[in-house]
Amino acid sequence: MMFAVAAIALLVTLVFALLRAALGPTVFDRALAVNAIGTVSMLLLAVMGFLNGRPEFLDLAIVYGLLNVIGTIAVLKFFRYGDLGASTGRETST
Amino acid sequence: MTSWIDGLSWICLVAGGAFCIVGAVGLLRMPDIYTRMHAASVIETLGVGLILLGLVLQACFTLVAIKLLIIALLILFASPTATHALARAAMIRGQKPVLAAAEDLPSKH
Repeated sequence: MMFAVAAIALLVTLVFALLRAALGPTVFDRALAVNAIGTVSMLLLAVMGFLNGRPEFLDLAIVYGLLNVIGTIAVLKFFRYGDLGASTGRETST
Repeated sequence: MTSWIDGLSWICLVAGGAFCIVGAVGLLRMPDIYTRMHAASVIETLGVGLILLGLVLQACFTLVAIKLLIIALLILFASPTATHALARAAMIRGQKPVLAAAEDLPSKH
């Protein structure tokens, strides 16, 4: 029962973050909302594992969290420099 | 004994869920990117911390509790990094804080 309450609260959080990702005027708002969605769905995976009595879902939550970090940093680097590759030495002015 | 742990777990899970919803409402209603970042960090500190604490109380001393601890450490290290990178990228790309006074804004030189 307590896991169901936590799961419902996390689902409401997920809906609000999804609304912000859909509405967000700039790309940074969307990146922030996607980061929050990743964190909340990681928590939701953990809570659903407890809700179903199968805590093996925690491994999936760990993997999802690592992917979320890498994805956010990559998207931000892309939108900051307009490029994902290494700099070639002549464009270090930023 | 068990009911005591259950009650503590209830409190942690409900408070964590409430903090998550508060952070999400802030994420939806705040005026610009920096204040939205502030609201989202409520989810990533108090919400995550309290919900994972509630789950750890249910898991007692097993491997599951260690995995939950790993998740908590991962979020506590990764989300400030992501927020810092986001704020820096937004500032470099010229997003102005809406609520800042005019003399506090970074000058263009």
